[in-house]
Amino acid sequence: MADFLDFEMLARIQFAFTISFHILFPSFTIGLASWLAVLEWRWLKTGNPAFADVYRMWVKIFAVTFGMGVVSGVVMSFQFGTNWSVFSDRTGNIIGPLLGYEVLTAFFLEASFLGVMLFGWNRVSPRLHFAATIIVAAGTLISAFWILSANSWMQTPQGAEIGPDGLFYPTDWLAIIFSPSFPYRFVHMVVAAYLTTAFVVAGIGAFYLFRGRHAPQARVMLGMAMIMAIFVAPAQLLFGDLHGLNTFKHQPAKVAAMEGLWETRRGAPLKLFGWPDQEAETTRWSIEIPKLSSMILTHDLDGEVRGLKEWPRDELPPVALVFWTFRIMVGLGMLMILTGLMALVLYWRKRLFDTRLFQLWCMALTPAGFVAVLAGWFVTEVGRQPWIVQGLMRTADALSPVNAGAIGVSLAAFVVTYLFIFGAGTFYILHLIAKGPETEEETYGDHGLKTPVVLGAASAPKGGGYV
Amino acid sequence: MFDFSGLIDLPLVWYVLILTAVLLYVVLDGFDLGLGILFPLAPTDQCRDRMMNSVAPFWDGNETWLVLGGGGLLAAFPLAYAILMPALYLPVILMLLGLIFRGVAFEFRFKAKRSRPIWDWSFHLGSLTAAFMQGMIVGALIQGVVVVERGFAGGPMDWASPFTLTTGVGLVFGYGLLGATWTVMKTEGETRAWARRSTVWLLGLAGVSLAAVTIAIPAINAQIGQMWGSRPGIYLLAAVPAVAALLLVMAWVDLRAGREARPFLLVIAFFVTGYLALGLTLWPWIVPYAVTFRQAAAAGSSQSLLLVGTLVLLPVILVYTGFCYYLFRGKASHAHAGAY
Ligand code: HDD
Ligand code: HEM
Ligand code: HEM
Repeated sequence: MADFLDFEMLARIQFAFTISFHILFPSFTIGLASWLAVLEWRWLKTGNPAFADVYRMWVKIFAVTFGMGVVSGVVMSFQFGTNWSVFSDRTGNIIGPLLGYEVLTAFFLEASFLGVMLFGWNRVSPRLHFAATIIVAAGTLISAFWILSANSWMQTPQGAEIGPDGLFYPTDWLAIIFSPSFPYRFVHMVVAAYLTTAFVVAGIGAFYLFRGRHAPQARVMLGMAMIMAIFVAPAQLLFGDLHGLNTFKHQPAKVAAMEGLWETRRGAPLKLFGWPDQEAETTRWSIEIPKLSSMILTHDLDGEVRGLKEWPRDELPPVALVFWTFRIMVGLGMLMILTGLMALVLYWRKRLFDTRLFQLWCMALTPAGFVAVLAGWFVTEVGRQPWIVQGLMRTADALSPVNAGAIGVSLAAFVVTYLFIFGAGTFYILHLIAKGPETEEETYGDHGLKTPVVLGAASAPKGGGYV
Repeated sequence: MFDFSGLIDLPLVWYVLILTAVLLYVVLDGFDLGLGILFPLAPTDQCRDRMMNSVAPFWDGNETWLVLGGGGLLAAFPLAYAILMPALYLPVILMLLGLIFRGVAFEFRFKAKRSRPIWDWSFHLGSLTAAFMQGMIVGALIQGVVVVERGFAGGPMDWASPFTLTTGVGLVFGYGLLGATWTVMKTEGETRAWARRSTVWLLGLAGVSLAAVTIAIPAINAQIGQMWGSRPGIYLLAAVPAVAALLLVMAWVDLRAGREARPFLLVIAFFVTGYLALGLTLWPWIVPYAVTFRQAAAAGSSQSLLLVGTLVLLPVILVYTGFCYYLFRGKASHAHAGAY
């Protein structure tokens, strides 16, 4: 039994490690792709060169990040089989077509037009180039659609039945694709990606202003990012709240864990902080606001909220982890809203671009989105435990018949590889940031050429003034 | 829900579709993995730049065929996916790690200054590992997989044997050949001259590898030996090496005549020939000698749903993939193609 547990743990750690790494890249590229499309549109429309400069700087960062997103994603598409083969066998009828559609509708689109976006400057017209940027941005959103549909079905399964052979069989595809938690998860995740990007861009813009470098471009960065903070961060609070209500309906044990609530009660308080103790089935040292939890979840000060003791002990997730990651996410969301408010005040006072303290604040929040995204996913995924398909299939029953040694070795290899590769990627991105937007003509590669080299003799540069 | 099982032979259609996706992957990623395999042999850094630039816009799209192969297998034959991935655990993971090292090199190499050699080696060793592991996976499939009920029941090292070593080395030479002929087509001057010389060597090595594998197969598997020894099989056994050898010789003749695109196309034809022969040999197994493609088929409704999308989207994908190759036609320069 003991080594079986070790083996399950290893497989879970490996999956959590690789997907946690992977999600960092989409969180950034989904937002960045859309933002690049907006920048290119503004530039084509206004002719203001600051937009083009900013585009050229960030498209390089985009390329590096996207590359890392792709290679870590390819790993994910095989992990279902290598680590969760029984899950693949039993739910393949449901999950398979959703992932298949992701490849057909999103991955090919992104991969092909990324080439045009990165290497097409002197080969296609500005219009076609703009179209390629839009297509790549749309591809990232379509990709999120399908993968979140698959994940949401695991959270709130419907539209399928379990056959006598134990396999899941589809009965209603629309119900599967649009499972109850899907619309909330999709909106919440896409907005999360936009916020992640906005706070990275804000941090870099603020850094340039702080150092007194690249002021015109830095204003574009900080300004556009603050529009997101002012309008979208508060919206995320609303979407998150709706998402939580939906979870309360379909996965009440998860919400009880997020709230650290053990006893079922009317007029449940909101615990700001505390220490959930799984053994003693209580949350120690909690600081509470009376009745607020009932108010938020049931819209009634005396509404009933079910506590964790309602469920058998072996159907509970690790409560402390869910409780704390939830607070990290919401806390960061609040800081983002606060940033938006600060920006609004500074804007009215015409001090948005020269308040040094605010610049430092934005620099400090650069990684906020990444941390919030990871925390959010930990809430969602850990909160669903011990189920892999909520209420129907346990994670422990989903494992591959793989030797623990093989998993241990491969886990070690993944950790070493990811730290090395993605460390190097981060280093190059920091290098690109240190270089900043070049206002003069681009130099091509390391060869110091000042004019574009046209790759094929056959094609003369169209729209040559583009770069 | 809708289900076309009554109308068409869904499992058969999907078997053919998956095999086609894998073939497209082998040919398309084969040539860019091949470039990586040959990378350190190129005479100068400039040659390496050109080689890298000649595939930079395509490699991501090429690799997506692998994701389609894997994802398609999960969707259409989940049982096969669930047995094969654990059975091939270590080679699959090693292949993925190889693909990581080579994939990031495309971006990192041109950003690096002093550390550029690291990414040259990362590109080379990553490509080499991925190709070698893919070859071993093919070999492991030919060897057969131990299955009990619905799961893999063999050991973690079943896939490693002298035979799979041979198929691994063989595929490395094969991809190298694809890469060399691609380089002949897409570059000029010094790089092309070097690629020409390499092609001649690789034509021989690929030919010898195919011969070795062909001879070994009946020896490691009695069932196939019997099939190849009896009526329709014996024609196959005679025809395939003949056609394959002919294609290699034609490629050699074209190369000497100074043709640039035809050797690449002939090598593709060589791969298609070998692939078809292998497909016919393994028919109708999807997990060789344990599960047929019919036994592994997903629910009719699942196969139907994805089929609708595939029939609509696959032609579209092929069109815009073709468009991208057309856009970046012609010879590659040595400057950073990333003129962004
Ligand atoms: C389509 C499916 C899917 C998607 C989109 C995600 N996950 Fe997941 N996750 C699973 C499918 C899954 C799973 C297969 O269901 C796991 C494997 C083991 C488990 O308990 O659930 C899981 C487990 C799992 C665990 C371990 C939980 C535990 O063992 O207690 C973590 C930390 C994450 N995931 C994190 C993430 C992150 C950061 C994601 C962001 C992309 C994410 N998951 C998306
Ligand atoms: C377990 C779940 C996941 C799997 C199996 C998976 C699989 C993949 C694969 C195979 C790729 C590479 C595609 C290519 O070759 O171009 C990829 C990239 C990508 N994935 Fe995931 N993914 C998962 C989770 C997610 C989630 C939750 C999101 C978004 C909400 C997401 C969004 C993306 C995006 C936008 C890309 C494009 C590359 C990038 O932007 O970095 N993925 N994923
Ligand atoms: C501001 C207040 C916020 C609230 C009330 C909130 C609420 C929630 C809830 C209840 C969940 C769990 C849903 C479930 O598992 O069923 C969740 C998940 C998540 N949150 Fe938040 N959230 C907030 C802010 C943020 C921010 C700022 C980010 C990132 C920038 C973020 C990113 C995520 C992610 C990535 C998930 C997992 C995916 C999902 O289930 O949607 N959240 N959030």
